[in-house]
Amino acid sequence: MAMSEQVSVSQIPAFHEIYADQVKLDDREGYEGFIIPAEFLVQFAQAIKSKWGYDFLSSVTAVDYFPDMMEVVYHAYRSLGGPALVFKVQVSREDSVVPSLVSVFPGAELQEREAWDLMGIRFENHPDLRRILMWEGFAGHPLRKDWKEPYFEEENKPFSSRWPEGVAVRSETLNPYGSNVQYPKDFDPETWTPEADESLYLGLKSFKENDGLDTEKIIINLGPQHPSTHGVFRMAALLDGETIVDLKPVCGYLHRNHEKIGERNTYLQNMPFTDRLDYISSMSNNFGYALAVEKLLGIKPPERADYIRVIMAELTRIASHFMTTGFLLNDLGAFFTPALYALKERELILDVFEAASGSRMMCNYFRFGGVFQDLPEGLLEVIRDLAFNRLPKKIDEMDALLTENEIVRSRCIGIGVLTAEEAIALSASGPVLRGSGVPYDIRKADPYSIYDRFDFDVAVRYHGDIFDRYLVRIEEIRQSIRIIQQAVTQIKDGPIFDGKSQYSFKVPPGEAYGRVEGPKGELGFYLVSNGQANPWRYHVRAPSFINLTSLRQMSLGEKVADVVAVLGSIDIVLGEVDR
Amino acid sequence: MAMDEINKAGVTIPPELQGQIAITTLDKIYNWSRSNSLWPMMFGLACCAIEMIITAASRYDFSRFGMEVMRPSPRQADIMIVSGTVTKKMVPQIVRLYNQMSEPRYVLAMGACASGGGPFKEGYNVVSGIDKFIPVDIYIPGCPPTPQALLHGLIIMQKKIERQKLSDADWYKKDVDNEIPVPILGPDLIDPRKYALIKEQTHKPAFQVVEEVQNGDE
Repeated sequence: MAMSEQVSVSQIPAFHEIYADQVKLDDREGYEGFIIPAEFLVQFAQAIKSKWGYDFLSSVTAVDYFPDMMEVVYHAYRSLGGPALVFKVQVSREDSVVPSLVSVFPGAELQEREAWDLMGIRFENHPDLRRILMWEGFAGHPLRKDWKEPYFEEENKPFSSRWPEGVAVRSETLNPYGSNVQYPKDFDPETWTPEADESLYLGLKSFKENDGLDTEKIIINLGPQHPSTHGVFRMAALLDGETIVDLKPVCGYLHRNHEKIGERNTYLQNMPFTDRLDYISSMSNNFGYALAVEKLLGIKPPERADYIRVIMAELTRIASHFMTTGFLLNDLGAFFTPALYALKERELILDVFEAASGSRMMCNYFRFGGVFQDLPEGLLEVIRDLAFNRLPKKIDEMDALLTENEIVRSRCIGIGVLTAEEAIALSASGPVLRGSGVPYDIRKADPYSIYDRFDFDVAVRYHGDIFDRYLVRIEEIRQSIRIIQQAVTQIKDGPIFDGKSQYSFKVPPGEAYGRVEGPKGELGFYLVSNGQANPWRYHVRAPSFINLTSLRQMSLGEKVADVVAVLGSIDIVLGEVDR
Repeated sequence: MAMDEINKAGVTIPPELQGQIAITTLDKIYNWSRSNSLWPMMFGLACCAIEMIITAASRYDFSRFGMEVMRPSPRQADIMIVSGTVTKKMVPQIVRLYNQMSEPRYVLAMGACASGGGPFKEGYNVVSGIDKFIPVDIYIPGCPPTPQALLHGLIIMQKKIERQKLSDADWYKKDVDNEIPVPILGPDLIDPRKYALIKEQTHKPAFQVVEEVQNGDE
């Protein structure tokens, strides 16, 4: 890597001086990063990748600065660690065209499709620019500020129209169709022909090699209703016999409009919505969102709250990894017995969450500047018992039962391989990245909260196959137990909240990106505030969505039965994939 | 079911046969066996699906009530647990799955989203409850409902089945067609049962539509 010697990992080069003719510093108040002209973008991306070591393009999203312009925002990192390099491209709202970065950073593929789908930004030279969350034929780009949903009432919550004169009005009564729909003027449903899946299938590369046999490749669809897909996910696979020749993920079947709803909500109202992103690890989601808003507000939680946060986030990681491991075994055909072992431990952790927050799954526990309430009496003892006695034993048991198991080994070793270079290029994160030999863990690479106080190792394995991703998760459970053991020993009494306790408050204008190492990978929240009580832009960098970019690479050349296991090893949660 | 509960036909059983045979009505034995072998469809939509899996796991264990056989195929399932947010993109598939289930079939709307849209109701891709398209037997509140709540809903479902009568069961009648027309993905979700309404609204002059909405308020 040709990184100039005087630049340390944590320093961001002054690109506005290096490329003084093209690059400008983003000097709006509360903003960071650089503004790049669209025609210079690809060149700039190549330069930061090859010259400056920014090889990991983490997040691509867009902001609609209605009525002035569209802005595409990129967050890039060095895979060695350090803070984000933020760069932006500004284009007009009417003709939003930006060159695609897929040729430089293949990991941008799905994210650029999402920006096209929801924001209407056309990425030139994108290999497959189709809608991804909505369907082809849908009218409009819903995240544009001038696009209103059928149940639109007011720009921002709380809606005064909800309770005129103390009586609730249902949204259905306000809509002329009596349901959540709207159609363009003069639309005739009888002459409408729905878009078939042709464009999807045409995107699959046909198998070019001719081996002299007159054989036909077949397309099969797995999902959206399929027991292997962990929810409503769909894969369109092109098969030659039983071998995968090409594969495309199809998502959006659980697209719940998280971001549009989030932009109408107040900041605090979004907290319970983040629970429902990756609904297996709600505490981690709370964490990322709280960090982003705290950055905007410029506040920090008191020490005890920080410890509670870390304990909860690590318990979440343990619960999530247990569950993933159990369900990976499901996918391998060991139906439900391993999952039962895993779920048993998860239940014990959910009991802790229920005691602390009042809810098993949807904890809604973090607040800006602390947590919702202190741990009830005796709960710390329960956690201590889990961390010192119960969980270490159970993870050893699971390890002993599975790791040396002959069937597990022969189904997992060497299957679904992703090399380190591919993993970085495809913007993979979390256990997928670390299973491929890249020791990148945000808790170490760009520490947040109080993770710098704990002694733990980054779990990493080097073969990039299903088995290594499984091993990384087992190792991470062990490391999380270590962190909890230290945290419950160090935690002291004190206040747990140091913020505003209103449900609606104004947030200083600016942008913030809060990221945490969630169980699935890098979970980031990109927020833009215009000084109001509601976020102007609220974007979630969803790790399981972006990890899906590498699904095709892992599956090529494998048998169709292995794709199920490959998908299980990526560990997706559809609430987060589709948002 | 206890012996005295099943012997309801009003026939006296000779003492030597008591405890060995039972005389009951067809309705009763038919409903008894059906309600205690409800096979749910293995079909998860969102967050609620996780709680559904937990209900199937060892701590709550709904196989105690005859539901341990979850089938991914709609042909083999009796009850569809709609466990999560129903989106416009997914609803054609759900309706198709419902149509493929064989009678008698039941639908259980699990959680706030499946019952009425829930926290995501205002979203542009969200259907305000699955009952806009398919008939629902039991609604379970909660976001997500706890496993106990799901178990309660399933037990209520069993009670409902026990009250049904063969003589007026829909699925034995001749001219009843319960096929639901599958929604179409257009510029927005199109319900084929609402063609006339859609055409009427989209072909109105623009100002009239506005007026209509305002009148609807009153």
